[in-house]
Amino acid sequence: MRYPPTVDIRLAAAVVAGRSAARASRLLRRGGGTALPGLVAERVDPAVVRKLALRFGRGAVTVTGTNGKTTASRALASILEASNVPFLHNREGSNLMRGIGSTLLLDRGIRAPHHDRLLLLEVDEATMPAATAAVAPRALAFTNLFRDQLDRYGEVDTVAAMWREALAAAPRDATLILNADDPSVAELALDWAGPVHWFGLDDEAFATTSAGAFDARWCRRCGSTFTYERRYFAHAGIWACPGCGRTRPAPDTAGTNVRLALDSASFDVPGIGELTMPLSGTYNVYNALAAIGLARVLGLPSEAIRQGVAAVAPAFGRQEAVRVDGRDVRLLLTKNPAGANEVLRLLATVAREAPDGNVNVAVLLNDRFADGQDVSWTWDVDYELLAGHVGRCWAGGDRGPDMALRLKYAGWPESSATVADPAALLDAILRDTPSGARIFVIPTYTAMLDFRAELVRRGAAGAFWERE
Amino acid sequence: MDTSGLQIRVAHLYPDVMNIYGDRGNVIALRYRCRARGIECAVVEITIGDPFVPAEFDLLLVGGGQDREQRRIADDLVEKGPAIRDAVESDMPVLAVCGGFQLFGHRYVDHQGGIIPGIGIFDLETHHPGPRADRSIGDVVLETDFGEIVGFENHGGRTYLGPGAVPFGTVVRGFGNNASDGSEGARYRNAIGTYLHGSVLPKNPALADALIHLALRHRYGREIELPPLDDATESRAHSSASAVAARRSRETPARS
Repeated sequence: MRYPPTVDIRLAAAVVAGRSAARASRLLRRGGGTALPGLVAERVDPAVVRKLALRFGRGAVTVTGTNGKTTASRALASILEASNVPFLHNREGSNLMRGIGSTLLLDRGIRAPHHDRLLLLEVDEATMPAATAAVAPRALAFTNLFRDQLDRYGEVDTVAAMWREALAAAPRDATLILNADDPSVAELALDWAGPVHWFGLDDEAFATTSAGAFDARWCRRCGSTFTYERRYFAHAGIWACPGCGRTRPAPDTAGTNVRLALDSASFDVPGIGELTMPLSGTYNVYNALAAIGLARVLGLPSEAIRQGVAAVAPAFGRQEAVRVDGRDVRLLLTKNPAGANEVLRLLATVAREAPDGNVNVAVLLNDRFADGQDVSWTWDVDYELLAGHVGRCWAGGDRGPDMALRLKYAGWPESSATVADPAALLDAILRDTPSGARIFVIPTYTAMLDFRAELVRRGAAGAFWERE
Repeated sequence: MDTSGLQIRVAHLYPDVMNIYGDRGNVIALRYRCRARGIECAVVEITIGDPFVPAEFDLLLVGGGQDREQRRIADDLVEKGPAIRDAVESDMPVLAVCGGFQLFGHRYVDHQGGIIPGIGIFDLETHHPGPRADRSIGDVVLETDFGEIVGFENHGGRTYLGPGAVPFGTVVRGFGNNASDGSEGARYRNAIGTYLHGSVLPKNPALADALIHLALRHRYGREIELPPLDDATESRAHSSASAVAARRSRETPARS
């Protein structure tokens, strides 16, 4: 019997149709094709995702949030590997319902018994209601809620409402893994009677005073504006509500003694010890804490957590380094003001340690659908943080002229070049810098794809990029 | 004309609440363009509960927010209403953007019929047509008395002008006040309201300079000519945004 416990003809037909679509798509070299099999299978059996997800004996877990869902779910995948727990994980770009369906359909283990496997899903914010209803997760991690691509999802409140809708569809005994420091995430606990595992930072020395990209948040219960004893990252910090007295919950998984370097970050977690990961930035420390909280809820051992965090690979286009004609080119993907400010904060640290006190920076701004068509968000980014510490700079991407203006008003030196074409941009970078120079490239998502494609074309990047 | 040593005093209303679409960019642009001319641009942030004393200021800015943010400031704004009206009647320049623009009209009626009262600086009101109606989102190009203005709009409400208001501009690309009558924003004396959020002043330096010029006149009671700046970068950003708007509106001819 291929589909225990009872044969589901409709599901079987959906699986066959979906897999055939995947084969046809590969034969036709339509590329990617991550959504097509799911789309075709869903036409045959709308419940295909729910039925296939039910076959995972260890259940399903979801990871969502504005920033860091890819990195946090990769960190958990790495911990699962170190724990020898078998699992299926959707990759970035497959975090909408059809992509999740395709991941399940193309799973090589689809016909094998699933009773000891875990389903790990990175889920787009807006897909959470549908995904939660379909896969009935046993644990749901929420990393943070920032303003991101407002023209795509409307407003921050819209996303919060979608998450509450997801919780209404979640199994009542599921565990929420929540960022205690983000009041908009912490408020999800107001609607949840089941267990909650909190994660957050406890590190007084690590507070920030950055004013940009800090949206005031206020209490959904009483309407008072939250006050902060300290902030770590945009609106994440030690908050309190002066009206109803709610305070930031004490974390079950706390990060302390955070130390950031260019390519790595170290921190301590009481109960586990010191952890080091090959990624930097406060946001990545939060991503790791989300994964560690999720791993603890799943009962995974401390040693595997340490090993898994140490082995987490940078996600596609995030904090990757490549040599081009003797230059060290580093890509630092930014998708929204909060993430961009973290990158600038990191570069300010790098500049202080550089011999000439400067960094070379190319900022690439695209305004396609995946980037957000509205480029106003760049005015919420503190590019001013780097004023006086920029050697050479370049403005690129489809909206390079907008970026050049933003950098001018931030007090950066005049852009050496403002060019949309990634090949011309790379030529300008090579022309303007000597061999041995280090250049930081800060692209939006599709600008990263274009720039990376150019690096691949020149043989500077290849299989190295996506470590599978 | 030498403008060094002059000063304008800017009141930024509710910067902690009404700031959702990069409205800080307008303050950054004003500061930059004043500093480049030796003019001090003193910005005072005025939020809920703070007094607004018109005599202490030469320019008033208010940005945009979500529905819940507009509700949050509404009572306080109504309290400040008479002082703001005095300021406008004294020809103080005002830039009210998006949600701030809506509440500078008579009222905002949400999709459930709930009313948020405005302060009636502009003779207009705004209705939200309901959660199933499309938001007006996209690039905008306007013809105005300040020349071509480019920007981005993102609003659910539809705004209708009364006989006492004149539009800020005529829509060349985009939706404008209500996606039907071709008007965008409103003007009354030196007050300007518009849906173009965030970076409207950086990419439209003529508008930024007009506000600075009016603020100086308000402060010193005479015409003060602004020395020209090198606006090559500003012009390129403006042209690029204008080209994007033209390309995208060709891609979506269904817009009414």
